[in-house]
Amino acid sequence: MNQETVMTCRNVNIFYGEKQAVFDVNLDILKNKVTAIIGPSGCGKSTLLRSLNRMNDFVPSFSMNGEINFDGRDVLKSDPMEVRTRIGMVFQKPNPFPKSIYNNIIWGPKIHGHKVNYDELVESSLRSAALWDEVKDRLHDSALDLSGGQQQRLCIARTVAMKPEVILMDEPCSALDPRSTIRIEDLINDLREEYSIAIVTHNMQQAARVSDYTAFFYEGELIEYGVTDGIFTNPKEKRTEDYITGRFG
Amino acid sequence: MIDKFKSRKRTEKIFRAACFGLTFFSVLILVVLLFHITMTGHKYLSWEFLTNWPSRFPHKAGIKAGIWGTIWLISITACISIPIGVLSALFLEEYKIRGKLGKVIEINVANLAGVPSIVYGLLGLTIFVRYCGFDRSLLSGAMTLSLLIMPVIIVSSREAIKAVPDAIRFGAYALGASKYQVVFGHVLPIALPGILTGVILALSRAIGETAPLIIIGALTYISYTPESVMDEFTVLPLQIYNWASRPNEEFHYLAAGGIIVLLAVMMSMNFIAVMIRQRASKKVKL
Repeated sequence: MNQETVMTCRNVNIFYGEKQAVFDVNLDILKNKVTAIIGPSGCGKSTLLRSLNRMNDFVPSFSMNGEINFDGRDVLKSDPMEVRTRIGMVFQKPNPFPKSIYNNIIWGPKIHGHKVNYDELVESSLRSAALWDEVKDRLHDSALDLSGGQQQRLCIARTVAMKPEVILMDEPCSALDPRSTIRIEDLINDLREEYSIAIVTHNMQQAARVSDYTAFFYEGELIEYGVTDGIFTNPKEKRTEDYITGRFG
Repeated sequence: MIDKFKSRKRTEKIFRAACFGLTFFSVLILVVLLFHITMTGHKYLSWEFLTNWPSRFPHKAGIKAGIWGTIWLISITACISIPIGVLSALFLEEYKIRGKLGKVIEINVANLAGVPSIVYGLLGLTIFVRYCGFDRSLLSGAMTLSLLIMPVIIVSSREAIKAVPDAIRFGAYALGASKYQVVFGHVLPIALPGILTGVILALSRAIGETAPLIIIGALTYISYTPESVMDEFTVLPLQIYNWASRPNEEFHYLAAGGIIVLLAVMMSMNFIAVMIRQRASKKVKL
């Protein structure tokens, strides 16, 4: 793997109070690639993902050590607001703001004082989230009137509007129906041209479909990490094989 | 088996009848009260009643001083209690203080909401009237009433803020927003209808308060409208109280007239609160 990396986790340990959730993880997120993080529930995959952009800061009992390198700096020692500006996040359940579609997109750039043409930004963001054609005539309607799948694509558009370098997705399709899921997966395929993506999913087929690299987590440890095809066709670890063949999880 | 269902159904019926009966009873009391008040008070209800000063002749007496005093008092109370109450609620909810101190503050605020109003009157008399030297002015009255309703505003505002889904906050934080931007860009606008409802109900409680104002020494006979916050004042409930305690029966009719006006004001405030809540409940659902 002599690819360019955007984020590097080194010896990352994460705790909730006394309980350790992630054990000594080393993981690279590669540039313009989709990295899938898979594993059974409670294996620490979401926990790790949320640490990458400091979203775990809001959990009172949370603590961690190790190093998460991003652009030559340790995320843990950087300003969380700056980190989150450059590393966007899409959540499990669509969470559009109760505002118009237009205002959902421009809220981020606006609070950071980005001087851009908002109309153009809204169009380009919605286009890259494959939502433009569906909503171009009702940009000023409430985002809450959209369907669940559309709302999730709006959340992706909102993230894209910030022009982040990395996009983290925390089971972005788990609340969506199969058709919406396929649309999001297609979208992830397109987004890799411009962004580096890390996606947590417990749907293995999804990981196989959308990702270039896959990391398998089990009980807080990174068991195996490599090219997705390799992991799914020829896993080196017994536990990986058991999981992807559906023997547990 | 069948028997069991039968007896269950019977219990169900009895329970329903009991609920209905008790609800009907409380509504009935209200209707009787309103009817009685209207019957005794209607003959003094007139435009002159609203625009006359109080007088020792019942047919000349009016509630102009009371109305103006109430408007002044409630406006000042609102200016004091709303900013302090809402910001305290925001502070308590969004900038959570952990550990003992947070708990102590929380319990205190909740308890303050249950303190009898006359105790606030004594507090106002000691601090504002005597110690601060505001005398028996509108300012003293408004500050006392603000103390009285602030806990109510804080508690209801906190509920409204708590009801804002965390997903919205996280969505905003994930875009690199600061706490201030999250609070003023999302939390406050979404919670505003709930906060307003609480504020209006608290203010309508303040309008009806009499005891603390008697304690701080608000007057009952006043024949001018206030011109500054340092002026002496009277309010509607005080005027009613004064009339109702006179031996001359004509004054009791006047009191009833005053009650009708006061009730009309309070009911329209409550109506506005309900309207705001209904409009808001349609808006945010996640």
